Amino acid sequence: MTDVLNVLLAALILGLAVWTIVAREAYAAAIGFIAYGLLLTLVWVQLRGIDVALTEAAIGGGLTGALLIGAAARLRSTEAAARAERPGLATRWVAALASVAVTAALAICVLALPEPAPTLAPEVSANIDVTEVLNPITAVLLAFRAMDTLLEAIVLLFALIGVWSLAPDRAWGGRPGLLQQVDPNGMLAYVARVLPPIGIVAGAYIFWVGADNPGGKFQGATILAAMWLLVMMAGLADAPPIRRAWLRWLLVAGPLTFIGIGIVGAMSAGAFLAYPHGFAKPLILVIEFALMPTLTLILGLMLLGAPRRGEAS
Amino acid sequence: MSAGTLFGLCAAVLIGLGLYGLIVNPHPLRKILAFNVVGSGVFLLFGAIAYRGAGAGMGGDPVPQALLITGIVVAFSATALAVALLLRLFDETGSVTLASEPPAPAGKDPGAD
Repeated sequence: MTDVLNVLLAALILGLAVWTIVAREAYAAAIGFIAYGLLLTLVWVQLRGIDVALTEAAIGGGLTGALLIGAAARLRSTEAAARAERPGLATRWVAALASVAVTAALAICVLALPEPAPTLAPEVSANIDVTEVLNPITAVLLAFRAMDTLLEAIVLLFALIGVWSLAPDRAWGGRPGLLQQVDPNGMLAYVARVLPPIGIVAGAYIFWVGADNPGGKFQGATILAAMWLLVMMAGLADAPPIRRAWLRWLLVAGPLTFIGIGIVGAMSAGAFLAYPHGFAKPLILVIEFALMPTLTLILGLMLLGAPRRGEAS
Repeated sequence: MSAGTLFGLCAAVLIGLGLYGLIVNPHPLRKILAFNVVGSGVFLLFGAIAYRGAGAGMGGDPVPQALLITGIVVAFSATALAVALLLRLFDETGSVTLASEPPAPAGKDPGAD
């Protein structure tokens, strides 16, 4: 029974991927991509990666989808011109051949994977007690491979700086996105009043249980960012001007705390990002709490894009 | 067929499909979408490999699963940067063509040339 469901799921995903590629309009393709992301979430559950499933649903499907839909709506007028640039039959054949070759090579690799599969699960299981967290993914993200998570936070920050630096000169330091004109008694404004209290509790819960159960700061921060975006899209609050000092301090607070704890580890435990014996759990909590507002702000602001209007408007 | 092999093969097809879209679709936004399909295929392949590494009471190998979470977040930030570049290009020139001729100035019909 599970096998049949898995095959159906794979078929649906492939169908939606084809739709995303061949759909006539970018808007329709972006909607297909969101459905595709949500179905991928089910695949992650089948592959027993609940943490990955939560991330895929929140970021892979949700935030990326919202970003692409927004861009598709703004770029609608450019699509007719792009259609005229469609490459000729020869190029399409070469592209199809290259794709089939890549797929075939990968499929051969999948079928030839070694038995038994190499795994680090026993090592994680043997060392997880030291970290005092029960969720192995969190232990990997914040203890065994904490360097990856630190660099990831810095990549996010740099990406946001990159997005901001695309602002036209007159809008530099101003507010990202457009001022939303929404009916204050409409459905959107109503949802934006009712949903955030529930969403904030859900986000904080997913953040907090991440130590011992599936969840964590990325998934929680995405939900909080989504609530913030909802309030802004309903016109109940405006995006902050990017020149604000509090905003900039919050954006660097997470990575700076992380680096600070890393340096403390270098002095007291003998390696950068090593935790002194017995202090692993409290230090992990400090890092998580420092990263949470940073990630929420970065994810939300990245979706809003570059500043497009001055501080006053 | 195990779930790992099935979704591993599914991932291989997704990567191929995305690659085709990346080459054939002339619109940059569609290229970004296709690139995201390639990316999710790569993630899925990695996830299928993580699933095969189940052991020690864990449903999958937690190290690749944690790297996948990092990967998905970084893929989002790269997509956001690409979309921001594209929207700036559109604001500047009124067109988003990647053709080698210089982009048409704003106001001019970009399909005319």
